[in-house]
Amino acid sequence: MIPSLPRPAWLRAATALYVAAFLGFLFLPLIVVSVFAFNNAPYPAPPWHGFTLDWFFANDPTGRLGMFHDDELMHSIWTSCKVGVWVTLLSVLVGLANALLLERHEFRGKQALSILMLVPLVIPGVILGISILAFASQIAQFLDDHFDWYVRFLRPGLPLVVLGQFSYIATIATLTLRARLSRFDRTLEDAALNLGASRAATFRTILLPYLRPALIGTAMMSFLLSFADFNTTLMLVGGSPPLTVLMYGRMHEGATPVLNAVSVFLMAASAVLAIGLMRRGPRRASG
Amino acid sequence: MPDAAVAATGGSGWRKALLMAPALAWLGLLIVLPHAELAVLSFREQVGPRHYVPSLSHYREFFHEPEYWHTFVRTAWMSIVATSATLLLAFPIAWVIAKIARGRAAAWLFLACMIPFWISETVRTLGWMILLRETGVLPTLLVKLGILAHPVEFLYHDTTILVGLIYTSMLFMIVPLVSSLESLDNALIEAAYDLGANGFTVLRKIVIPHAAPGITAGCIIVFMLTLGNYITPTLLGGKDSGWFTEQIYTEFITRFDWGQGAAFGFLLLVLSTTIVIAGLKLTGQRFGDVMGRQ
Amino acid sequence: MNQPDLTAQSVVKRFGDHVAVDSISFEVARGSFFSILGPSGCGKTTLLRMIAGFLAPDGGEIAIGGRSMRGVAPNRRPVNMVFQQLALFPMMSVGENVEFGLARRGVPRAERRRKAEAMLERVGLAGAAAKRVDELSGGQRQRVAIARSLVLEPTLLLLDEPLGALDLKLREHMKIELKQLQAEFGTTFVYITHDQSEALVLSDHVGVMNHGRFEQIGTPQDLYYRPRTPFVAGFVGDSNRLAGRATGIDGDRVRVDTGDGWIVEARRAGEVASADAVEVFLRPEAATLSRPGEASAAPAATHEGVVESLLFDGAKSAVLLRERRSRREVRIALPQTGEFADLKTGEAVAFHFDPARAVCFRARRDGDA
Repeated sequence: MIPSLPRPAWLRAATALYVAAFLGFLFLPLIVVSVFAFNNAPYPAPPWHGFTLDWFFANDPTGRLGMFHDDELMHSIWTSCKVGVWVTLLSVLVGLANALLLERHEFRGKQALSILMLVPLVIPGVILGISILAFASQIAQFLDDHFDWYVRFLRPGLPLVVLGQFSYIATIATLTLRARLSRFDRTLEDAALNLGASRAATFRTILLPYLRPALIGTAMMSFLLSFADFNTTLMLVGGSPPLTVLMYGRMHEGATPVLNAVSVFLMAASAVLAIGLMRRGPRRASG
Repeated sequence: MPDAAVAATGGSGWRKALLMAPALAWLGLLIVLPHAELAVLSFREQVGPRHYVPSLSHYREFFHEPEYWHTFVRTAWMSIVATSATLLLAFPIAWVIAKIARGRAAAWLFLACMIPFWISETVRTLGWMILLRETGVLPTLLVKLGILAHPVEFLYHDTTILVGLIYTSMLFMIVPLVSSLESLDNALIEAAYDLGANGFTVLRKIVIPHAAPGITAGCIIVFMLTLGNYITPTLLGGKDSGWFTEQIYTEFITRFDWGQGAAFGFLLLVLSTTIVIAGLKLTGQRFGDVMGRQ
Repeated sequence: MNQPDLTAQSVVKRFGDHVAVDSISFEVARGSFFSILGPSGCGKTTLLRMIAGFLAPDGGEIAIGGRSMRGVAPNRRPVNMVFQQLALFPMMSVGENVEFGLARRGVPRAERRRKAEAMLERVGLAGAAAKRVDELSGGQRQRVAIARSLVLEPTLLLLDEPLGALDLKLREHMKIELKQLQAEFGTTFVYITHDQSEALVLSDHVGVMNHGRFEQIGTPQDLYYRPRTPFVAGFVGDSNRLAGRATGIDGDRVRVDTGDGWIVEARRAGEVASADAVEVFLRPEAATLSRPGEASAAPAATHEGVVESLLFDGAKSAVLLRERRSRREVRIALPQTGEFADLKTGEAVAFHFDPARAVCFRARRDGDA
């Protein structure tokens, strides 16, 4: 069972086999997606017709159009990035405020509030989406009826997508930042005050550097979650779909290898991000 | 007295109010009020142009139309099956990561389990489609190997949907399992062996009780995600995937019947909440503790 | 005495119904080493946090360097503190830690660096500025914490049980180092501890604190040889404590009957009347052991006992014996001469002590020791 206890040979072999099979299960779909991004055929299916980079770079308006020349696709990536940045900004700021509130202050109903903050995680994304859609429309309707204002912001579109994603990503940001903050030794702040630092200087020189790894980690996670979100986005999206929604639509129609090319591009971007995050690893240990 | 000492060590009212504002705005405007609006929509009926009365008609409709509640039950049932299967498949891996593999090997294995989840579900589903469709990799391979006489369509089956759901949920099961198994002291297992227990007894009496919070957390998250999933069942299950979220989408976006859609949404919410609460009750845990572990 | 660096007048702090600091007044002379010694929960940390400004007193007045500290925020006080767990900033290098306070004062970078390096050199950490805090040993961290405070040239340095986290060997070593540092810098130190040995070794003056009050303030010698309360007699140094009743008083001599057949004589401390319930404190090294039958030239009464166990601890070796009549346990230090090295358990021995070196107090009503 554990290395210090005797394990029969068959069990060791079975364990190794299971791990290998499991890793195969995890990576097979990703490998297949990658391979067919380079297949010189109009459909992402066997057999292999030779290597090509057409699905990335081709620019033939009547024939193959690589991802970098597919304006609709590139635009959707840009949309996803914009949404991601906003969601990240909002989530990190609100998460930080929540963490400070829950770790540093006592007030009536604190327990209830901290439970309520967890609730968005257990509401299916589709329902978050429709409830925000319905509520926003209700307000828009009200403003239209009573003041004759047309508020573009409250109609399906990117601002609502940002709010919809933020509504649950803020929970995750709160959890990670609060976990980090709860391990903070408050005598460090006393020490800073004792050495003559003002409250603002203490926040800037002690608390923020301490939270930095968690803030960066939370920001990356928020961006990735936002980029990958589908359920909430689907309900709130207007005319300009982010990448996931666009890909979904195209996969319904029948995929072309351009989607494989986009996937390879995303994997490469994620890998760069992951390596960047891991480079930071050793510094995290010192905090 | 003007208490500078207390002011300098925190606790002043305006600071608290300032910190509370974002939380209240977030939860009030994006969670509580929207769901209240959803409830209102679902419990009323349109009787004339812009004229509504309180009514249970949307819920009655749900029970009268077999297609609706069949889909509902089917979604719940398949989610339970997918959650159980995910738990069974993930447990050995979590065990290997937490207890058998050491140091770097464990870290690499854990990392390997995470990598696929850095990539969006759409991409992963695309992979399964390329693998399983009639002209896809697997049927072609099976024909080449002589196992099949001609290619078979592996997409659009319930099993396919299950495989996709298990795949997409795996990480959310592995992470809480690993963290709860890592906190189990090996000495407890050794002591149990020393006192004459066998592997099965150790699993039942020591490991599972200790890992129960992690198992509950993993199951709750996976169940929730499966129930609310949209991409996997609709793409791998095709037009007749019969997934409840698709029904909600249809009512809300395609048919523009928000009352009916809101009622469906509410039913889904009630179902997931019930299962979450039942899970917590069954293992005697508190919501905050379980979710706080994530 | 020149102008005191720290004065506290009737300082009170309550937490709900609990009075943590109960109307305390004391002074600490410039350049001296003052310790506050007391068991955990006696209110010493509360007192220290009030001096540092992390807590506001409910009553009374604290003045540092002659200036009242009422309403002065902790970051504006001429006081620095060495924290119990040191509270070195893990996200900064050693040098940055030492420079931290100077940077807050707006000292230019070059000067900051120069001062920090000079200070590190003075505490024996020359060239350590670029190191990370977690690369240092326990003793080195201790010195960084002190350097970080002293570089600001505070009127007063507060130390909150800074040796508590160290292991025994290092603690002994750091005790000496602290005393030397204080002598070298001449800064006023206020040191809190529950370890009486630290307080005795380090301090010019010690305040013994119990239940939010000072029982006695005095030099270490005063506390050890001339305790004014039973609590001080019991808390500072080892003592045999004998409860009994005063049966006769002759000047400052009290005759005490332990009630189970043993009569001892002791020096009176404070008011004691005949027939009072009393407590006698006898230090292990105040009694002298002898073998029965040996005609001792002792001027005092001789007592008899049986060796119960031998407690060998090098220079601090002692013997635990039972007084013959009362069956009470008495601890007596063994002489360094090795004279009683052959003592055996069960052996009958005699002992005597100078009544002037045993103190007798009227027993407290609340039987707390």
